[in-house]
Parts: sequence; structure tokens; C-alpha cells
Amino acid sequence: MTHGRTDWLAHAILGCGVLLFALPVWLVVAGSTQESGAIARGGLSLLPGLDLSAYPRVLTQGSMGTAPVWHMLLVSGAMALAIAAGKIVVSILSAYAVVFFRFPFRRTAFWIIFLTLMLPVEVRIIPTYAVMADFGLINSFAGLTVPLIASATATLLFRQVFVAIPDELVEAARIDGAGPLRFLRDILLPVSAANIAALFVILFVYGWNQYLWPLLVATDPGLDTIVIGIVKMIGVETQTDWSAVMATAVLALLPPIVVVVLMQRWFVAGLTEGEK
Amino acid sequence: MERRTVFGGRLLPAVLILPQLLLTGFFFLWPAGEAIWSSLTRQDPFGLGSTFVGLENFADLFADPLYVDAILRTMLFCAAVSALSMGLALLLAVFADHEIRGRAIYRTLLIWPYAIAPAISAVLWLFILNPHVGLLGRWLNAHGVAWDYTINGGQALLMVILASAWKQVSYNFIFFLAGLQSIPRAVIEASRMDGARGWYRFRTITFPLLAPTTFFLLVVNLVYAAFDTFGTIYALTHGGPGKATETLVIKVYRDGVVNLDLGSSSAQSVVLMAGVIALTAIQFRFIGRRTAG
Repeated sequence: MTHGRTDWLAHAILGCGVLLFALPVWLVVAGSTQESGAIARGGLSLLPGLDLSAYPRVLTQGSMGTAPVWHMLLVSGAMALAIAAGKIVVSILSAYAVVFFRFPFRRTAFWIIFLTLMLPVEVRIIPTYAVMADFGLINSFAGLTVPLIASATATLLFRQVFVAIPDELVEAARIDGAGPLRFLRDILLPVSAANIAALFVILFVYGWNQYLWPLLVATDPGLDTIVIGIVKMIGVETQTDWSAVMATAVLALLPPIVVVVLMQRWFVAGLTEGEK
Repeated sequence: MERRTVFGGRLLPAVLILPQLLLTGFFFLWPAGEAIWSSLTRQDPFGLGSTFVGLENFADLFADPLYVDAILRTMLFCAAVSALSMGLALLLAVFADHEIRGRAIYRTLLIWPYAIAPAISAVLWLFILNPHVGLLGRWLNAHGVAWDYTINGGQALLMVILASAWKQVSYNFIFFLAGLQSIPRAVIEASRMDGARGWYRFRTITFPLLAPTTFFLLVVNLVYAAFDTFGTIYALTHGGPGKATETLVIKVYRDGVVNLDLGSSSAQSVVLMAGVIALTAIQFRFIGRRTAG
């Protein structure tokens, strides 16, 4: 009876919410098909044109002095994958050591890892840069990725998953003669597959979206990520090629959105379990 | 919780944990130590050496009205971003929890913005609010509102707040929805039988039961607004016009990387570290209590 009215209200509110997020993105999709000069004169419109030439143009040539977009997409993709894979491997190994072994300074080691939770890059910009310079990692792909691989959050998540594995399972594996590495490969990894998938989405997005770190350690245009590239493009005050900016924005948005939408089920479960 | 069954051996666990410890040591502890050390020293003007000055850098920092301004501005910014993005996310989550047609589609359409980079959200908002190019910015100017965030500090602050809050809504939405779904159906049914409905039920039953989620999100949002919004703010305004959108992280970057004032920048980094440690400690204390109780 009152259901009809609340349903109507829910549709209205959720619809507005959907539009609030879809419209700004639609605006750049539409704008990428319009003529740059017209946009600069204030003619940006929500109605798309038919001109898709901005896409091949930015992909192959770049614009306003940036590297071609295909190259920046490649750097971003490689960076996101390296960070996601690196973090997952390093965290699984360390969580496995902490949960399934007893060794001296085990608690100390765990606390040292835990500490990193409190030290995001943003609070230690200059000294981290100095350390990177000492290692000769400035302007290198390793410098872009390796320092972001250490992660307390991923280690804590896997520790939680591993602690919940019943002792009987470990016992059974040992009776069957499985050594620690076989146990890890044949039992632990398959059991945590859903968590790994969820974490992959979170970390891929994290890696793809980095801005401050690449800005700091990679001044070589050959290492520009797509996020760095697009901010450079809007920083040009005069003669901005607006349709190129918008086409680049669309291309920058697409990969992480595809990953999130395709893996939504694991991602949502993993995110809400992991953080609590 | 301790595990009864464990594997033997000492070399293997050491090898397994080594990569993580090395990364942590080199890229977290060492820089953090350096930050603390250089916050206690001062470079001589010729860069030939440094002297230990104790807490002088900190005393200078807090005596600097510009720094105090930046702290207040950051607090205002964090409060506004958290309130806006959490409020909107809660509203959407409450209605997405209703059993209506197409709710799976609504959820997907509200979750995907999680993937948007903070710096890209700045680009998207530029096309809405830029006074020359932006759809709404142009409209405002055409209708007698002098809207130009590149000149007007208050407008610039409003713009970075909107862009930062917008990007964070879907993260909060995911958690509020999960929180709502974990409220036992029986509690809702019982309150319905008692005649509680609509706003009254939300205020007296649902919202109190969501308190743990809300508190967790509050800490996460404050940390997000304080640190992760660097990309949004730097891409849109570089902290300007003047210092209108200069949050603490932007200030560390400007002072350290742009102006090369290492002592002050390190002292600022140490203050930020203390802030994150305090927030994390509050969060874990709270979560500890929750699992205990």
C-alpha cells in the first residue's frame, strides 16, 4: 500500500545518484567527439558529434608535448599490474610465514609491517625521494613500482584469511606428506582465490590511479602515466586541444572501470570483509 | 588467535618474510627515520652541513600563521568532504537496500565510480565548472554569477571539496550498503510490527545499528581527504589561487619539492605522521573493542 510510494521515491533518488556520476563522464565522452576550437569558444555540449578523429590522433601522436597516449596507457597498465601482482605475492608470502611458522622475532616482524600502515607516501615525500636517489631509482620503472609494493593492508588481509583456516586441514595435509610449499600451492592459494581476486581489483585501481608518486620520481616523459599525462595536458593555459584532453580522459577511465565492473562481485565482498 | 599446527624450520619463514621486510625497511622506516632526523636539524645556508636544533623547526612551524591557517583549512576541507560524501552515500545506500526492481543495476551504476582516479575527477569537474569551457561554469557567468575558481579563493575551495567528495561517494556507498545488509531482518521486522517506519525507523533503529560502519568510514574519509586528494587539488588549482586550497599535503609538496625548504618540510611530514598514527590508533582501538564486545 505505502510500498508504491516508497518505490517511486527510491527510483527517483537512485536515478539522481546514477546521473550524478554518469553525467560528468558522459560530458567528456560527448566532448571528445566535438571540435576543439568550438569547445574553447564555449560550445561544449552534452550532445555528441560524429567526429571520432581525436582518438586515433591522441593514441598515436599525443598532444601538446605529451607522449602518445598508447605509450602512457602501456606505462599505466604495466605499473598497475606490477604493483598489484607484487603486493599480492609479497603479502601472501609474509602472511604465510607469520601465521604458519614460529620463528624468533615473529611478533617484531609483524609489527614492523604493521607500522607501514601509518606511513603513506604523502607524509614522507622528501625523505623517500632522497632514498630513491641514493639507490639510483629516479626515472626508472623499478622506482615507479617497487616502493609501492610494500603494503600492510594486504598482509593483514591475508593473515586474517589464513588464521581462519581450520587446523584440521593443515593436519590432514601434513599426514598426506605435504611440505610447507606444497601446502601453500595446493591448498592455501586455491582456498584464498576469491580474496586474491578482490585484492587484485583494489590494487589495480590503486596502481592505475597513482599521481603524487610518479610526479615525484619520474620526470622523464617516457615514464609518464596516463594520469600524469592528462594533468599535464590541462595545465597548458593557452591553445589547449580540448577534444584531445577529453579523448585521453575517456581512455584513462576505461581500464580501471572495466576491471571494477567485471569483477564487481569479488571486489565488493573482498573490500568490505578486508577492511573490517 | 594462535594456531596449534605449525610447520617447522627457521630458514624458510625467514626467506618468505624477507621481501616484505626489505621493502618496509628501505622505503618506509628509513625515510621515516630520515624525516624525523632532518626535522631536528637545520641546513646551513650554503648547504655544507647541518646542525642539531632540537624542536626549533617545530616551534617555527607552529609560530607561522601560514601553517596554522593551513591546518585550519585542512580541517575544514576534511570535514566538508567527509560529511558530503558520507551523507550522500548513506542516502543512496538506504534506498538501494529497498527491494525494488532493478536494484542490481542501480548498485553497479553506483559502484563503478570507485575506479575514478582523484586526478581524473579533477579533469571531469573542470569540464563542468571551468568558467570558459565548463558547462555549468559558463551558465553561471551567463546568468550574472561571477564564477571563476582560478581567481576566487572561496570558489576554488568549494570546487576541490565537490570534486573530492564526489569521487569518494561510491566507496562509502559500498560500505554503507554492506552495513545495512548485515542488520538482521528480524530487527527490522520487529520494529515494523511496532509501527516504526520511514524516517522514524531509520533514526531510532537503522542509524544506531550502522554506528560501527559510520565510525570506520569517518576515519577512512578523513584520511582520504587529508592525503589522497593531492591529485585532485594539485591538478585543479595547484593549491591556489594564493593559498586558498593549500592543504597540509599540498604545503609539504610546495615547501619541500618546489621551494626546497627541507627542514620545515620534514617537520611538516613528522606532524602529518603523528596525525595518521593518531587516527589509526583510534580506529584500531575502536575495532578492538568491537571484536571484544
